[in-house]
Parts: sequence; structure tokens; C-alpha cells
Amino acid sequence: MADIERHSFDVLVVGAGGAGLRAAIAAHDAGAKVGIVCKSLLGKAHTVMAEGGIAAAMANVWKEDNWKVHFRDTMRGGKMLNHWRMAQLHAQEAPDRVRELEEWGALFDRTPDGLISQRDFGGHRYARLAHVGDRTGLELIRTLQQRAVALGIEVFMEATITRLLKDGDRIAGAFGYWRESGRFVAFEAPSVVLATGGIGKSYKVTSNSWEYTGDGHALALEAGASLVNMEFVQFHPTGMVWPPSVKGILVTESVRGDGGVLRNSEGRRFMFDYIPEFFKAETADSEEEADRWYEDKTNNRRPPELLPRDEVARAINAEVKAGRGSPHGGVFLDIASRRTPEYIRRRLPSMYHQFKELADVDITAEPMEVGPTCHYVMGGVAVDPDTGESAVQGLYAAGEVAGGMHGANRLGGNSLSDLLVFGRRTGLNAAYAAARLKQRPAISEDDVRAASEHALAPFGIEGGENPYTVQHDLQEVMHNLVGIIRTAGEMEQALTDLASLRERITRLSVEGHRQYNPGWHLALDLRNMLRVSECIARAALERTESRGGHTRDDFPATDDSWGKINLHCRLDGEAVGVTHEPLPQMPDDLRELFN
Amino acid sequence: MGYDLKMKVWRGDATGGDLVDYTVPVEEGEVVLDALHRIQATQSGDLAVRWNCKAGKCGSCSTEINGKPRLACMTRLSTFEEGETVTVTPLRTFPVVRDLVTDVSYNYRVAETVPAFAPEPRPADGQYRMQQVDVERGQEFRKCIECFLCQDVCHVIRDHEENKQSFSGPRFFLRYAELEMHPLDTNDRRALAREQAGIGLCNITKCCTDVCPEGIHITDNAIIPMKERVVDRSFDPVTWLGRKIFRRDQLPEAQVPQARAE
Repeated sequence: MADIERHSFDVLVVGAGGAGLRAAIAAHDAGAKVGIVCKSLLGKAHTVMAEGGIAAAMANVWKEDNWKVHFRDTMRGGKMLNHWRMAQLHAQEAPDRVRELEEWGALFDRTPDGLISQRDFGGHRYARLAHVGDRTGLELIRTLQQRAVALGIEVFMEATITRLLKDGDRIAGAFGYWRESGRFVAFEAPSVVLATGGIGKSYKVTSNSWEYTGDGHALALEAGASLVNMEFVQFHPTGMVWPPSVKGILVTESVRGDGGVLRNSEGRRFMFDYIPEFFKAETADSEEEADRWYEDKTNNRRPPELLPRDEVARAINAEVKAGRGSPHGGVFLDIASRRTPEYIRRRLPSMYHQFKELADVDITAEPMEVGPTCHYVMGGVAVDPDTGESAVQGLYAAGEVAGGMHGANRLGGNSLSDLLVFGRRTGLNAAYAAARLKQRPAISEDDVRAASEHALAPFGIEGGENPYTVQHDLQEVMHNLVGIIRTAGEMEQALTDLASLRERITRLSVEGHRQYNPGWHLALDLRNMLRVSECIARAALERTESRGGHTRDDFPATDDSWGKINLHCRLDGEAVGVTHEPLPQMPDDLRELFN
Repeated sequence: MGYDLKMKVWRGDATGGDLVDYTVPVEEGEVVLDALHRIQATQSGDLAVRWNCKAGKCGSCSTEINGKPRLACMTRLSTFEEGETVTVTPLRTFPVVRDLVTDVSYNYRVAETVPAFAPEPRPADGQYRMQQVDVERGQEFRKCIECFLCQDVCHVIRDHEENKQSFSGPRFFLRYAELEMHPLDTNDRRALAREQAGIGLCNITKCCTDVCPEGIHITDNAIIPMKERVVDRSFDPVTWLGRKIFRRDQLPEAQVPQARAE
């Protein structure tokens, strides 16, 4: 294996979305030699699709806002299952992370005073999301990309990591291939930061791009780390439902934040029928009060359309099931009758464009049809809140691939701020740890050889399974049996089906050669998708209650005893095991915020 | 609603290739990328095409469709007649890697040569203040999704490989204009726009504006104002005199970033 391309870094970052880029910038600033590996071209990562904004209690619009209010909103949105320390750091540090972007060239929308404007979003007490129209993710990734380029950080584009390499119990580097040539590459690095995003491509209807195959989740599992909260998958309430080819594409929550409402086929604003006890005190119970709230937040309560995403997604699901859906199996999202065309085009330009181009719908004149779409996984690598380090020394995780921050359900806008806050923390700490090492770990030639054989396996099989067919079947299983509403029987069936899929992926064959071969790439990604799917199904079967992004038809109530437990998934040989671990408890001064 | 779509897809690599005929079943509401994906899934598992978001937000799936630079994910099949053959070829301005995937690294090399944003210091209260109307010009340019269709269509480099050394292309004129018009930026990049980015080579045929999927007025709002600023700086006699008298030419100019150490 002496002929394999090799590189050596202090910190290797896997993934170039918001978390990866922010981690790389931080590690660079801390003096480390940093490399970034990403599956796509630089600037194309999934962050680019984020629309609404970055949640940060900057108090530019509502001076009553501060980190404690943001912290409280985040914990309540997560159904109190968040790691309190992560939620605290997130709320405290997000404002500085937003201001920093401005220093690097980001152009946010402004208030009349010239400050960064902030918009309303589900679950947030005050208008809190810093935004750029409805393309905030693009602004965020472009700003970080341009910063990373200006700093001269080395980027390995269109390269995929297939294995983490260890020296004894600790991380020593990573192994992967160039998508363009199919050639292998080995990285030596004492600190590896996973910033690989989520898992949505295991589901049939999703807002996620092809890259979201759970790579970081699976790599961490195989390296010996644990995944926490994997049963919690967020179905965004508003994805496009028609035409079929765009089913699942996101319709930003800003539509509701800016005044849009949900109606069923009878024209009723049905969200008033789905206000849970937990949020009754802070949610409007009449249309009049809800409409007044946009102008006067002090004397009115929030519209129920802006309940956390899990509540809204379940409500839409129930309306469609009850036969009150729209023609294509969703519900109506109406902003046309509530705001002027000029306002809609200014605040929601890319939604206007998206519906016009892809569905022939003019959202300034008619309602949109929307329904739930798999959007985000709350579960991820269990990390130390302050440093981002996993249970494996030298292995870090930040952003969607990390778990704990969002508990059972993530609030809109908290993802982009999560990327920035924990991207930076993780990058800094990965760099410090690398600098503290007396002796650098070494990668073993045997491990490199084994990793390359593993990667080439699909070329050695003729007449085997088509990877595209297996992916399609996996998506059906997860969509039908481990989706929004779950039952024990269906999940047991899913585990049986996943076992047979696991057997099928040992017989995948790919045609052609190694150069830019998407069939081969998918064959390798499928292994990760299956591992992660099994974690979701096992954890979801284990948790016999409903909470946040985990709804059990057979256990519809939220159970306080489960409120003190995190489920962790670990790999034992090839089997996924689930263990109960106590939820970290917050100190009294924070607990008081909930009285 | 569905029908069988006839397609010609260019397949090959740097050593050469050909259009290959495919017949693929398609459904109502689908886009060209759906048809390409169906070919991958059912006929040619190794057909190489770059894509990510499939929602017109990332700019990955740029190709030439019936000769026009387009995003495959935003080109609806309903824009063609049912019997019409849809031909998909790789971007011509960039070297082919495989099938519909091209080597767009030229753009990333150019990006490294644009001097970074250099803001004025924060005011005492730590808050930058800008008016919405002042950020909107830059915001239009920052809608760019880096699909590089404008680079592909630009005749200065489309059939003139040699010009790539001295010409940055519309995407980066947009970047120069964005920084130049940023309310907080302190750099002066006008000399670089002329000497390094070669903005003078552009003769404003507006092809870039025509193909921009984001509808950015590249020529009118970025290139022409930038050309005017460059000209003002270089050739305006009053400015020239001002520079001599007030020694303005001794103010710092933006520096080209150092080439990265290998």
C-alpha cells in the first residue's frame, strides 16, 4: 500500500457544510494544520439549502430577548431531553457567531436602525432569526467558504471517507477515495472532526440531498463511539407534495413566521384543534389573537401554526388521514390571502421562484400544497458539550452528526446556530488536543489495506444486486415502518427487513470502472445508511412513549420516567446494541427558568 | 400522463466520447435530472452526473441541454414537445472528467485570487449599521449559487482556453462588484479587476445574464458599473490629477493573495 496518496494534518475535518467549515476556520486560527474532505464541490453542502435563518438572541428586534429565553425555548422545544449544557452554550454564544459572519462579509437583512434583522419562527418566544431573505444557508456557507479560502485552508473536494483509522484506542486518521478518479487516499491526523450532516436519504420523502447517508454516524459507530437520541427524527411539517418529482423539497417555516397559515380542505385553520397542553399557556386560542401577535407580542400569544415542528407535522398527518387533505395528499399553506404580493416576493423570493419553476404555482396568488418531509436527525454522536469530543480519543463531531443539543425535537433556526457554535468549539478543541500530543499516532498499513479491499468489494461481484434498487427498498422500509407514526409491530417488521437488506448489500455489484462512478459510490454509502437505519429502528422500538420527533401509536402519551433517560446505540461486532443512560441534569439556577 | 422520453446523453471521458441514445419512461412534473437518475437506476448505473439538492439551490447539476447551459434539476420536461429528443452534454468550457461531469477547478483557482473582504473596524458599541437599501445591491450578487453556467457561456473563455490565464469570468466580476459595493469594505480592487481579472475583455454581450438561473443582472448591475469604476480610476483626468496632488496613489491597494505554499 506504499503507493497510496498520503497527507498529514493536525486536524482533519470531514464535511464542508457550516459545521465543517467553521471547525476548520477555528482549528486554523488555533494554529493547527487543517485539511477538509468533502463529498461534493466546495459550497454545495446541505447547509446551502437552509432557508429561514440563524437563531440568536441578539435582541435587535425585541429587547426582552436574551440567552436565557432562547435556552428555555430550545429545551421546551426539545421536550426537555436536550443536553442542558449544549443548549446553554448554544444560546449564549450564537449572537457572537452571527456577528462574526458579518465581519467575514455576510450581508444580512437589516432593521430600520441598520442592525441585523430578526424574524419569527416556530417555538421561539421572540423574533430571533437573523436572515437573508429565505436563502440564509447560502449566505452562511458562502461566507464561511470565502473565509476558509482566504485563510488558505486545504480542501479535498469530491472525496469520500470510508473508514476512520485508529492507533490502539485513539484516532490516527482516515481513509477514503477520490470520487473523480476512484483512487484511494489516506490521511494521518491525531484529531478528526466529523461534520457530515444527517441521514435523510434513508427515507423516501426527504428534504435532504444525496450526501445525507449517515456517513459520520456510521464511521463513529464503527470506531467505537456511541450515538445518542437516534429515535428522534424530525419530519418538517411543510415539504412540497406535488409534482411527484419534487415531493419532499422544503418549504421554509418562514412562510408561517411571516404570516402564512395552514388550512384543510374545508378551509379551516386546523392548528387551533391541535394545541397540546404543554404549550396551551403560550399559544393563541383564537384567530384574532393569533393575527394580532405579529404586531404585538407583549399582549398576545403565538399562533398555533408556529408550534414546534413535531406538533405541526403530526397535526398535518392527522388531517390528511381524516380525509381533510388537499388534492395531492397534503394540506394548504396560505400566505397569498394574508400578505401583499410585494411583501411575499421580498421576504420569500426563493419560495416564490421554487413554486413557480417546479410546480407552476404562484404563491402570491394561491395557496401551496404541503406535507411532512424527513428533514433532520436529532440523534448523533454523543460528545462532550464543551469540546465536541466523542468517547473515542481524537474523534470529534459537530453539527447535525452530533447528538444531544436538540433533544427530542429541534427548533427551526437552531441548526445554523448549532453549526457555528459547536463547529467553532470543536475545531478549537481538536486543534488544542493535537498540539498537546507528545507523540503523534500512526496509521497501520494493515488497516489501510483492509480499508481498500473493503471499498473495492462491489467490483468483485458479477450479477449481484443493483445498489439503486436496494436503496429504493431501504427507503420504502424506513418510510412505511419507521416514519412519523410508529408501532412496535411495524418496527419489528422493519428490523427483519433491514436484516435482509444487510444481507443483500454483501452482494452488490457495480458496472463500469472506478472513475466517477455513482453506482459504486452509492454501494459504499448504502452500508452507512443501513447501519444508521438500524440504530433508528432499534432505539425507536425501545422507547415506549411519544416525545418530540418520536411518536408511538401504541404509546401515545409522554412518560415522565422516560424523560430522564437517553438511549445510546453502540456497535458490538456487527450488532447494534441499545443502552439506557441517565439524562445529564441541569444545575438549579437553570432549572429555575422553567418554574 | 407518463410517456417514453428519447434522450441523447454524452458519455465518455477526457480521451473522447459520443452521444448515446436512451429511451426512458418519465412522469408528469419531472425534470431532466429525474430522467438522468432513472437512466442511472435502471439502465447505466455508472452514468456520471453531478447533483446535490435537486431544488435549484446548490448549482451542482449544470449541463448543456439541447445546447443551452441549464440546471438539470430546474429544466422541466414539460418545456419540450413529447416527441422531442432531449440532448444532454457536459459544459463545454471545462475539461470533461466523465460523462456529464466536468473539471470546474478553474473557478476555484480564480476564487483564491480575489482579495478577501476587509471591513472597517466595529464602532464602539460593537454593532455594524447598514441600511437595507445599501445591502440589497450586494445581496443580489450573493444570490449566486456558483453553478458556473455564466462561466460556461462566456465566449471569452468558452472557445479560448488561453484566456483563462488572464480572465476571471462573469461569476468573479460579480464577486469583485459585490466587494466593491459592500458598505463596510475598505479595499480598492479596481486595479486588480482590470489587470488580474481582465474585466476589459468582457464586451457585454449579456450571455451570462441570459443563462443565470438566479436571474442576477450580471451585466447591467455588476459588470458595467464595475467597468465604469475601473475606467474612472484609470483614465479619468480629474481622478488622475487628484491622485497626483493628494498623493492618493500612495493609499494601499488590495493585494493579490499569496499563492498557497505547497
